[in-house]
Amino acid sequence: MTEISMTPDTSPAASPDSATDALGQSARKSIPVSIRLAIGWVALMVLTALLANLLRPYSITALDLSARLQPPVGFGGSWAHVLGTDELGRDVLSRLLVSIRVSLSLAFAATLLGVLLGAALGLMAAHFRGLVEQVVLVLIDVQAALPFIILALSVMAFIGNSQVLLVGLLALYGWERHARVVRGLALSANTQGFMLAVRQLGASPGRQYLRHLLPNISATLIVITTLAFPEIILAESGLSFLGLGVQPPMTSLGNMVGYGRAYLSNAPWIPLFPSAVIVLTTLAISTLGDWLRDKLDPTVR
Amino acid sequence: MLMFVLQRLARAVLTILIVVTFAFVTLRLTSDPTLVVLGPDAPPESIAAFRLRWGLDKPIWQQFFYYVAGLMRGDFGRSMLNGADVLPMVVARILVTLKIMLPALAIGVGVGVSAGVFAALKRGTLADRMIMFLAVVGFTVPGFVLGLVLVLVFAVSLGWLPSGGNDSWSSPILPVVTLGAYWSAVLARFTRSSMIEVLGQPYILTASAKGLLWQAVVTRHALPNAAIPVVTTVGLMVGGMLAGAVVTESVFSWPGLGQLLVTSVAARDVAIVQCILLLVATTMVLSNMAVDFLYGLLDPRLRSGLH
Repeated sequence: MTEISMTPDTSPAASPDSATDALGQSARKSIPVSIRLAIGWVALMVLTALLANLLRPYSITALDLSARLQPPVGFGGSWAHVLGTDELGRDVLSRLLVSIRVSLSLAFAATLLGVLLGAALGLMAAHFRGLVEQVVLVLIDVQAALPFIILALSVMAFIGNSQVLLVGLLALYGWERHARVVRGLALSANTQGFMLAVRQLGASPGRQYLRHLLPNISATLIVITTLAFPEIILAESGLSFLGLGVQPPMTSLGNMVGYGRAYLSNAPWIPLFPSAVIVLTTLAISTLGDWLRDKLDPTVR
Repeated sequence: MLMFVLQRLARAVLTILIVVTFAFVTLRLTSDPTLVVLGPDAPPESIAAFRLRWGLDKPIWQQFFYYVAGLMRGDFGRSMLNGADVLPMVVARILVTLKIMLPALAIGVGVGVSAGVFAALKRGTLADRMIMFLAVVGFTVPGFVLGLVLVLVFAVSLGWLPSGGNDSWSSPILPVVTLGAYWSAVLARFTRSSMIEVLGQPYILTASAKGLLWQAVVTRHALPNAAIPVVTTVGLMVGGMLAGAVVTESVFSWPGLGQLLVTSVAARDVAIVQCILLLVATTMVLSNMAVDFLYGLLDPRLRSGLH
């Protein structure tokens, strides 16, 4: 909450804002340049995701066999395919736009689900204590013992492959950390005056937690959601890269990099554009998350 | 203390048991290896023979019982594709994975910790910001992107290093750099924040006030204290090491554990997948437990809390 937390050490990626430091206290209250850039990029990505189907010049499956492996504009390509084409003559720009939509919406849904799951289990553990708490703690241990990628590989390949399952699995990524954090917060809040007072007044558990606890821990929830989002984008693109996430003919960022790597030497634009989008997006959201953490809740590390 | 150790051990055993059960039940209930191994056109009599041979005709609880009894004897099952013992196959691949993992971990600890300490000591300077920017980049660039860029530059354009496989002395270089960069970034961030926290403690002020050289304050008072959380993070990394390589191994066609998992999953070789899940989960549980104990050993302030 304080301006002290805005000293350079706590915003690691804030190198461009050194100029604003010299301007003194009033300028420091404004948002650093790196954060503005990050917000700008995220906004661009969200708009792209929303409007992908209007913006894309071609269908993602439209083949143009006479224009296969065409380089992007500026590298010998034409304006007909701004970012070039792939081995089947499909337009890379169109596929990129739709991939952004698919990857971001999958990751967004999974992040929300994961935080909800973690928060719900953490609250249950803190409310019921006893056996329920022990069960939740064992579940946390089990999840911590199964690295996500190994769990996902085993489940996806044997159960089959659908987008619903993919979102469900991605939601399992990191829920155990959210559950730990929320349980800790709820346990400490339960010993504080306001929660005791609400309970004494006879509020139902739903009212206690939703109306009184939630507003008090919402800053932390926002921070863990923001920090989990890029990790889930990376998890989804990793799975799709291995060919186990989003399946063709649908496309996602990791999927494009995955099949594009076969053309790395003769058509590097196929994997490089989606790679750049993944990197910039996760970088922007992580930077935003770090900044929000320092602003809202310096206790989460 | 004994109580704490026993409780922790009981939880570890329980966790592994649940993972074994989960792996067995999901993998057996969701797919029928018979059809995958023999193909959809297999004659009914060979399907029946296959089921009889692998015990798939028995009820699932009985199969589970045999499986666990086998585990107790050190028998992890046999590959359904070639009938070979699973454990030696998996162990051989683990050794190949460690060949890139151990050097990468060494790079991560060496580069990450020194960069983190340096950045913390030069806090707020240009060097600090550069290091932290690199760390955030290293943290957010996925392994497959960094790997592909390295292949593009050092294998495709320059032709200095092989792009994949494990058949020359220089093959491990690119995978090791890819993994090492990620771990350096993670550890640099972690070390820096731990170091900054320690440098703000009153005992650092005391040490400086009694006239110690700054160098002595850092090496004798700050570093040992800052090392505690870093050591535990490294411990957790070692646990996740076997799993961390799946994507990197795929990029560089490195024939390690990750590749074995991907191919076994594709071939529906349940026994191998189960064995890998079990071994990875056991490593994770053991290293998590070791970290808990290590914490108590390294930090005398926590020891009293363990009684």
